[in-house]
Amino acid sequence: MSEVWQNQSALPGASATGFARVDEIGLRGAIVLRGDLSSSAVKNVATGIGGVDMPGTLGINLVEERAVAWMSPDELLLMMPYAEVDVALGQIHKTLEGQHYLAQNVSDTRAGFLVSGARAREVLAKLTPADVSPDAFPKGVVRRSKLGQVPAAFWLNDEGDIEVICFRSVAQYVFDLLANAAKAGSEVGYFSIPD
Amino acid sequence: MSTRLATGGRLIDHAAPMTFTFNGKEMQGYAGDTLASALLANDRMLVGRSFKYHRPRGIMASGAEEPNALVGLGRDGQFEPNQRATTTELFDGLESTSQNHWPSLDHDIGAVNQYLGRVLPAGFYYKMFLYPRAFWKHVYEPFIRHSAGLGKAPQDRDADSYEHFHVHVDVLVIGGGIAGLQAACAAGRTGAKVLLIEQTAHWGGRAPVDGGVVDGISVDAFTQNLIAELDAMENVTMRLRTMGAGVYDHGYVLGYERRTDHAPDMGGPRHRLWRIRAARTITATGAIERPLSFSGNDIPGVMLASAVRDYAVNFGVAVGDRTLVVTNNDDGYRTAIALKNLGLDVPAVIDARPAGGGALAQEAASLGIRIETGKAVAKALGGKRITGAAVCAQAGTGSVDEEIECDCIAMSGGWSPVVHLWSHCGGKLIWDADHAFFRPDPARPPLGAEGQGVVMAAGSANGALDLAIALADADYAGRKAAEATGYRPKRGRPPEAEQAGEAPILPVWQMPEGADQTLRAKTWLDFQNDVKVTDVQLAAREGFESVEHTKRYTTLGMATDQGKLSNINGLAVLSEALGQAIPATGTTTFRPPYTPISMGAIAGEARGDLFQPLRRTPMHEWHEANGAEWEPVGQWRRPYCYIQGDETPADAVTREVTAVRQSLGLLDASTLGKIIVKGPDAGQFLDMMYTNMMSNLGIGKCRYGLMCNENGFLIDDGVVARIDADTWLCHTTTGGADHIHAHMEEWLQTEWWDWQVYTANVTEQWAQIAVVGPNARNLLEKFTDDDLSAEAFPFMTWKDVTLNSVRARVFRISFSGELSYEVATPAGMGRAVWNELLAGAEEFGATTYGTEALHVLRAEKGFIMIGDETDGTVTPQDLCLNWAVSKKKHDFIGKRGQQRSHLCDPKRWRLVGLQTLDGSVLPDGAYAATQARNANGQRKTIGRVTSTYYSPTLKRGIAMGLVENGPQRMGEVIDFPMLDGTVQQVRIVDPVQYDKAGEKQNV
Repeated sequence: MSEVWQNQSALPGASATGFARVDEIGLRGAIVLRGDLSSSAVKNVATGIGGVDMPGTLGINLVEERAVAWMSPDELLLMMPYAEVDVALGQIHKTLEGQHYLAQNVSDTRAGFLVSGARAREVLAKLTPADVSPDAFPKGVVRRSKLGQVPAAFWLNDEGDIEVICFRSVAQYVFDLLANAAKAGSEVGYFSIPD
Repeated sequence: MSTRLATGGRLIDHAAPMTFTFNGKEMQGYAGDTLASALLANDRMLVGRSFKYHRPRGIMASGAEEPNALVGLGRDGQFEPNQRATTTELFDGLESTSQNHWPSLDHDIGAVNQYLGRVLPAGFYYKMFLYPRAFWKHVYEPFIRHSAGLGKAPQDRDADSYEHFHVHVDVLVIGGGIAGLQAACAAGRTGAKVLLIEQTAHWGGRAPVDGGVVDGISVDAFTQNLIAELDAMENVTMRLRTMGAGVYDHGYVLGYERRTDHAPDMGGPRHRLWRIRAARTITATGAIERPLSFSGNDIPGVMLASAVRDYAVNFGVAVGDRTLVVTNNDDGYRTAIALKNLGLDVPAVIDARPAGGGALAQEAASLGIRIETGKAVAKALGGKRITGAAVCAQAGTGSVDEEIECDCIAMSGGWSPVVHLWSHCGGKLIWDADHAFFRPDPARPPLGAEGQGVVMAAGSANGALDLAIALADADYAGRKAAEATGYRPKRGRPPEAEQAGEAPILPVWQMPEGADQTLRAKTWLDFQNDVKVTDVQLAAREGFESVEHTKRYTTLGMATDQGKLSNINGLAVLSEALGQAIPATGTTTFRPPYTPISMGAIAGEARGDLFQPLRRTPMHEWHEANGAEWEPVGQWRRPYCYIQGDETPADAVTREVTAVRQSLGLLDASTLGKIIVKGPDAGQFLDMMYTNMMSNLGIGKCRYGLMCNENGFLIDDGVVARIDADTWLCHTTTGGADHIHAHMEEWLQTEWWDWQVYTANVTEQWAQIAVVGPNARNLLEKFTDDDLSAEAFPFMTWKDVTLNSVRARVFRISFSGELSYEVATPAGMGRAVWNELLAGAEEFGATTYGTEALHVLRAEKGFIMIGDETDGTVTPQDLCLNWAVSKKKHDFIGKRGQQRSHLCDPKRWRLVGLQTLDGSVLPDGAYAATQARNANGQRKTIGRVTSTYYSPTLKRGIAMGLVENGPQRMGEVIDFPMLDGTVQQVRIVDPVQYDKAGEKQNV
């Protein structure tokens, strides 16, 4: 019993290619932080851990593996490398001690997928009622909506590079949804493709 | 004879012939044909039989309004019934079959029904099938089932795929005729995001067929310019073969794209359902020509005048060699002129108007066409196709002046704007007496959330039949819609069309005006459902005054075409019979979809593996590979039991229960809900949520809690753990995780918004493994140096334990009555921990166990299960859980409800154990009854079974149930009548049938 027990993401290595690619992201650290988003302590600790500016309503700011996403008027999702979560949580508890807040490690709660390709938006538009057109869904916006019949959130890492997160238990369903929607031959040709 | 002309046909490609079959017979058509035009080109006039009388039916129209030409398309997994030939694009290899006949289309036995017409009057179904009563089951119902429906239901699984697509636009324009194109252009020029959809495969609608001059160029050229301009606009999307199917609240519109119906080899989804959110919608859906009501107007070869024109101009098909035109308005002359110009014979135009027509009539006259004004068709002649028409005065009763030989009758009874989409979401109509049609009332449009009109009608859909007026109207609608969504239209003049001087229409609802009963009884209103003028008149005589009632009584407009041709004519006849004006009668309700859409499109991707989300725990694959018999629990699949070798599920459950009681069992408990509740007011909040106290729970301790709704009924239960000074972890049932979290948030957000409490649903963060049985501690101790002794880690506490470097949160709680730990690790580690614990458990003869063993174990201990012992009407007191209902707390959710008289009634059924005298297993849901009878003569029930199992531990059936005065009747024997008439005698016992003292779990 000395060997290290291996941690696994929901669908390690899952990948599908159609008119867009769908790839599972693998393990990533995530912390749900609820609190008064206008308080400077909350802002400081969130931006400190995320390494980015505080996002506004429906906003997400990213840099490499780190991000701070606005999830609701009193909730943020902080993302970081998986191994750094404990340190980050400790930092939050230390900084916000005595204040009313909630911080929980939710790194294993979700599965993540990357939908990439010039027509990546179309894959999402087949599955979500949210407006994913370039003007309504530019880089820096996070939408919590649904894909098919389950809740999901998504944002742009870059044009043609959409990240999707969903609950871990429905990872297979969401992967299948995305792969099915991205099947070659089912392109819609609706959104204009940037040059 | 219906034939293909040597030249012409603007939509077909003479260089691309195609082969198709109709009822197995091979025929030729061209690329660009519809199935209808190709059938006509092959002289196939008779294409189906009507529903009731099995009358011969020919193609009547050229578009979505077609009532008759319904066929079955394709075969096997691609078979689809009731497809309109007029909207089916031809492709090479298309297979079609006609419907509703036996043994063949040409010789149909069912046609005898038409001679029974006198005994099959309106309301026949209602009158006939009432008596004698015994006939219903054995005669009428089988007969109706046999004859119901036109097409055959597909037998095979649908081989195609379907999908949805969500778009958000400023302006949606439905209809790609000239008005839709102009409206889209006007809106698009402002920069608004525009989506333009057209149900057919072509832009331009009727305009290129009907002709005209706009801005000095032909309307065809003008249309091409509009298309080119729209095509070049980045902010405009144009989709052909996409029908506006329905308009709903909040600007939600469904578009139905038939992607591959015309090209089955193309691949990709067959249909795509566009789910459109539009700030403004413009319905430029055109107008539909009305038939004229004369005797024999259903004989194949009688066709809408516009359709005859369409087939000639668009497809190069002459429906007849000699086409008689019958009209009450100027538009009919267009057909006469078009046919004459193609060199076809038009023996006469019968114009019901005494004064005749305007400029078009003059043009027809100048072409040498005979025009008879003030005349009518008394009767169309022929059987399976038209041979001629008897002509009479419109004003008379139908004495025949002459018979005119012809093989086609082109009829025009005027036009009705397609107001369906306008009406779907509440747009109102007004009766336009000048033009004899209902049109959208601009003052009463469908309203959006802000109370403003969100739909505008444009062009002929708005009643603007004249090209010049339609273009101006559409231009206005496009600009207005864009303006309403925040864009600024530039100034500019709308395109100008030359107006032809038209003579007014004469409303003609019966031809001739004084037609006698014999003529009226052969005058069809609804061609698909066989509703005649006499049927509607009879309904009126029998007291059906409401148009909605008449519709259902006569079945007028209830067929698959939903009365697109019959509605207005029918309600005009009804109005006349009732002696009231048409607007006083009103219309029936227009409901989506505009024409039927496929079930596949509605389902979208949700079929097969994607039909429903399946929730999987981190150990799901292991279960699957190890004989799991699945049980659906919400959207999760949980192992019911694990089958080994030749075991039956019952064998497996027995083995699993025994292993747990004797040594060790492992259960995947990951699906249990886990909600973190944190904050200075969290204790107070949980005291409100649960019936018992949670605020005073010590840190590191666990407590079982009950949750009720406001009525006092149990909704959930579970173990609560105090994590730290202001943090609690609430376990819920598997099915309760989401709704209990929502329940908490609702109270926090709406009632106690000033309380400092945050919640987080962390159900999926954790994999949870129950390690259960006398060897549970021994197993865990193999993986940790932490002290798990009874003293260091007592019952109903929790502890952070390091299991081989993995940090786990271990709860010492028991749902089985055995020594038991629930081990929670991060979900990603779940599978590894499961594997390692299993490997370590081998030496104890351990087994994994499923939900059924879990149920048996808890039932042996008398533990309740939400959903078994509760059904939404059961209180904690009913379950003798008074100990878990605080008497000290001044309030909790459900407290007040539980004080109501009925909930305090001492006679409420309460929980007891039930033991059959013969040791057998009681059926689930069985009722206990006394000999007393209630007012209905039924035996009075006094209790029911809520849980029942075979107990491998006690080697007999065990059960729990709710019984009137149950706890006071320990030892009594009561009767459970069985379905087979026998009676099970059952003794009332303590629900706890195993280890009453709880010694096993507390070691």
